[in-house]
Amino acid sequence: MNKLYEKYIKTDLLPTLFCPGCGNGIVQIAAIKAIDKLGIQDEMACVSGIGCSSWIPCYFKMDVMHTMHGRALPFAEGLKLARPDKKVMVFTGDGDCLAIGGNHLLHAARRNIDLTVILINNYIYGMTGGQKSPSTPEGAVTKTSPYGAADIPLDGCELAMAVGATYVARWTTAHPIQLEKAIEEGLTHKGFSFIEVLTQCPVQAGQKVYGFKDPAEIMNMYKETTYVYKEGMEIPKGKTRIGLLKHDEDTTEYIDRIEARLESQGIKRG
Amino acid sequence: MELNFKDSKQSVLQGNEACAKGAIYAGCRFFAGYPITPSTEIIELLSRDLQQVGGAFIQMEDEIASACAIIGARWGGKKAMTATSGPGYTLMQEAIGYAAVTETPVVIVNVQRGGPSTGQPTLSSQQDIYQARYGSHGDYEIIVLAPSSVQEMYDFTVRAFELSEQFRTPVILLADEVVGHMREKITLEGGFKNIPGGRRKQVVSPQADFYQGEKSLVEGQLHDESGKRIGHMAKDSGEFIYNINKKITDNIDLITDIETYFLEDADIAIVAYGSVARPAHKAIKLARGIRDERIRTKFKFLKTVFRKGVPAAINTDYSHLKVGLIKINTVWPFPEDELKRLAKDIDLVIVPEMNMGKYCREVERVLKDKKVISMPKCGGDIHTPSELLDRILKEVGVNE
Repeated sequence: MNKLYEKYIKTDLLPTLFCPGCGNGIVQIAAIKAIDKLGIQDEMACVSGIGCSSWIPCYFKMDVMHTMHGRALPFAEGLKLARPDKKVMVFTGDGDCLAIGGNHLLHAARRNIDLTVILINNYIYGMTGGQKSPSTPEGAVTKTSPYGAADIPLDGCELAMAVGATYVARWTTAHPIQLEKAIEEGLTHKGFSFIEVLTQCPVQAGQKVYGFKDPAEIMNMYKETTYVYKEGMEIPKGKTRIGLLKHDEDTTEYIDRIEARLESQGIKRG
Repeated sequence: MELNFKDSKQSVLQGNEACAKGAIYAGCRFFAGYPITPSTEIIELLSRDLQQVGGAFIQMEDEIASACAIIGARWGGKKAMTATSGPGYTLMQEAIGYAAVTETPVVIVNVQRGGPSTGQPTLSSQQDIYQARYGSHGDYEIIVLAPSSVQEMYDFTVRAFELSEQFRTPVILLADEVVGHMREKITLEGGFKNIPGGRRKQVVSPQADFYQGEKSLVEGQLHDESGKRIGHMAKDSGEFIYNINKKITDNIDLITDIETYFLEDADIAIVAYGSVARPAHKAIKLARGIRDERIRTKFKFLKTVFRKGVPAAINTDYSHLKVGLIKINTVWPFPEDELKRLAKDIDLVIVPEMNMGKYCREVERVLKDKKVISMPKCGGDIHTPSELLDRILKEVGVNE
């Protein structure tokens, strides 16, 4: 077994409940590597909601809160406000974060509270058996869109940037090294970090949603349908931009803003 | 407005203000909330005061988020509270279940207003008495306190924090608009009833907060001691549910707080909780012919209180009416055994409530051999002493 796994995973909880070919393991090890590089295992906690991806931190040798569907962010905000000196990382899925928890994403991002949010986007509700999510592509046939989804999909990164997240990046499970680096940057960034990972659910989505059944083929598809923007390049049509999308180091973090207000008013803390 | 007396521990406060002050006194250092009538004064006051004692305050985007944030903050090591009313309380239900399953000690204040739906934002009710007990899905037990005065808003808030830590459970302070908005003289930091040592014993051992190196897994699915999920295993799950219920039902005696007035020789009893215990207390004094000097001197004022005229009882001596009051402060878990014991010699029980008569069903269930009369009142007005007195007189066949 990988030495990092022994250090970071509660092995008595194994096996994980992820299906063969699931992308969650890639995100899990990328997060572990980033945390290990920063050496902050005891200085942080993880919070997650409900859904397959929210099980990622539940195996961590760390303080972990596995919360309610859509509500990981409010739990994390409470935890962060109680202990501003510690880091909090949030694992959430496309249904958890963009559907039931959409309102919380909006407000946590606009506050620019220091959280690192990993949105694991597989374009489907996997745990309940393959129903459409807010990111499911238009026309995709799922268990609850038998005639093809009529909804316009929601782009989590665009939303996060629009409402004030100060670090936004997007990678895929086909880019594990870059993803690890982005998580490391997100954890280091003081403010609301939002990292989306495009991932595969070969069991519940597969052919009907991605056009491919095989996990390797889906990951190849991600490589081919995404691009990293470089200054002055022509934007390829029909492709998804990945990489670092926003990094604003000038906006002050929420708790720092609160402390500054109190200080300017001469309020003594306790 | 705070009127400070010479003794700084005495003040005239509004119920909601007293609740906020009680929270700070109890060690609450985190508040997350969302403004809603008639509980808003609590969030307003704590937004000002909590940060001055080293605490943290956040106004969340809704009540669901508020209830979640206080659970998060409690695992961060801060005693935490939220306050809400009506629709806001409904939104919090899922998080209350989460706190019950994860054994997180938090305090949730519900200053009841009239419902259902938007209902009556500015008027009072006790319609959430069942929601406070059964609001979240699944089987769990919960502790609910019902204050009936500004002093109790303060004292019970402190007690709610104590009980939540003692039992590692969410505790609901079930106030209502009447006690939330009334102003009375109260004694701060010293008005507590003496709680015997035995009742303070830790029932569920304290759990390490986050960042203590414990590497805890806080899990909303049914789980074993390490946090590992067991929700897919029937036998273990059954035991889990049994245990989180039993920790409260087995220790009702450590929780129960019932006050009685004039019950020693009584054969009629009013069972009341929350603000309705106030007119009930007055009605009993009137029935017993206890002449409060204030009643004589404030006769003009009374004319407005007793809208249908001053009842004969005020000027008549009904001291032969042996009426007592059983005031239940800890409404849930239902204090079955204690109520049975107290009502042993009672023949007639009257249960006035500002709802359609909900708690009365519990009383009927326990006092099967007594005549139990429900006195429901909906619409926002609290029962008047004369209404209660008239009912007692009617039941015993005394004509005014």
